[in-house]
Amino acid sequence: MKKFLATGAILLLILPAIAQDLLKGLEDSVPAREKVAYAFKSTRVINAHSIEMLAKGNLDFRILHRFSRVNTGVDQWFGLDGASMRMSFDYGLSNDAMVGIGRSTYRKEIDGFVKARFLQQTTGGVHAIPFSLVIAAGSTIWTGASPTSVKPSTSDRTSYYLQLLIGRKFSDRFSFQLSPMYLRRNMVDRPTEDFSLFALGGGARFKVSNRIAFTADYHHALSGIPSANTDPLSVGVDIETGGHVFQLHFTNAVGMNERAYITETTDKFFKGDVRFGFNLSRMFNVGGKKGKGWNDKEKGAQSGRNKTDSGKKEKLAN
Amino acid sequence: MKRTKIIWVLVCILSVQSVAAQKYFTKSGNITFYSKAPLENIEARNTKGVSVFDQASGRIEFSVLLKGFEFEKAKMQEHFNENYVESDKYPKAVFTGNIKDGTNLKLDKDGNYTVEVNGTLTMHGVTKPQNAQATFTVKGGTISAVSEFTVLLADYNIQIPSLVADKVSKNVRVVINVPAYQPMSGS
Repeated sequence: MKKFLATGAILLLILPAIAQDLLKGLEDSVPAREKVAYAFKSTRVINAHSIEMLAKGNLDFRILHRFSRVNTGVDQWFGLDGASMRMSFDYGLSNDAMVGIGRSTYRKEIDGFVKARFLQQTTGGVHAIPFSLVIAAGSTIWTGASPTSVKPSTSDRTSYYLQLLIGRKFSDRFSFQLSPMYLRRNMVDRPTEDFSLFALGGGARFKVSNRIAFTADYHHALSGIPSANTDPLSVGVDIETGGHVFQLHFTNAVGMNERAYITETTDKFFKGDVRFGFNLSRMFNVGGKKGKGWNDKEKGAQSGRNKTDSGKKEKLAN
Repeated sequence: MKRTKIIWVLVCILSVQSVAAQKYFTKSGNITFYSKAPLENIEARNTKGVSVFDQASGRIEFSVLLKGFEFEKAKMQEHFNENYVESDKYPKAVFTGNIKDGTNLKLDKDGNYTVEVNGTLTMHGVTKPQNAQATFTVKGGTISAVSEFTVLLADYNIQIPSLVADKVSKNVRVVINVPAYQPMSGS
């Protein structure tokens, strides 16, 4: 009898609980594994590729400026009188693959790259993927005058790089990535330099508000560059307005492609040889809407609800 | 004595089930919202709204993951999640309410039933009263429901920067369309 009473009491306790939390149990069955997106505001941290990708059909028009050194003083208006720039177009082939081309005024260099995401960080307890993995491969060709008396061929002017990006969005605010890179130059300016070299890069983002974040990226060449060279370091702030992302920063690198900033940075950041710079990113939707079906569904929902209803019913029946 | 005990337990279980049988649920409710502003119209759609309603008590609940809303432009989706609803911090929007005069709802009889639903909407960490009219349609044993209401973003502490005031409306029209509620079996 005691047992019976206990059962009854438990049932009495459970029943109102069920009534109050109708959704409980239903929602738990919804898979909790979801992609972790928006680790960085842009596909570049500052100079370096980030683990972010463009969405399919998005065209990102980027204008990058690096002014002269701030410590040139008031005569040069703290460097703003001189500027180096790179313009580029990046395009999202799919949500996990993108291509880009750009041209820099520095050494009149053209560059192009392909970038693909092989893993994207997800949530979901034990089944979570803890980091994102992206590979970027690119090539650069400088078309400016040769610094030596030798007349280089197009092949000589070409360099290649392959970069692995491993990054994680640790929290809503903080993201960090590491990026080992292999770089091959077909011609070097001095005999002491290596044709092939390895470099290690790091990039981070710290969000201070929904639209503003601090960013930094850094690269260190493990070998192959003259000892007088320095490691490119950039620190900045990302400001997001409607369709633009402004990346304002200070950097010691004048180059804006992988070859240039890794092998040709000579300014000492902490001695004050910094330049003010900005990246401006403007996104265009050129690859149509998110697939045609998206719009059709919309129209169906607005004009002929019954049609979608019957479609849904069939789905449910299955 | 032992037998009567067992019978009582059985009666209890059966009564629980009969209560449960009056509950209906869906995991594929469509929730669409529209923001109409001078420079840009924004629409977003989520097809995975979860809803349960209990015919006996007239209680109805909705829950939707904000990350599941799909937009025409990827950047809109990013801004929605990152800048407006902050879906990392507040992943869901939840409505809990009661159907007024739920007894008028005859789910075993074909027809359209327009009812008043009064309740609260919780989103972006804010809970506000929200009332709406809903129409339940019963046809050949399938129960569907539609409802529309307007949400004022400022009520939920969702701020629109002045820079994009012409692109994002202060009011968002929410359309809910549940193609089919299914009876909840077991429980």
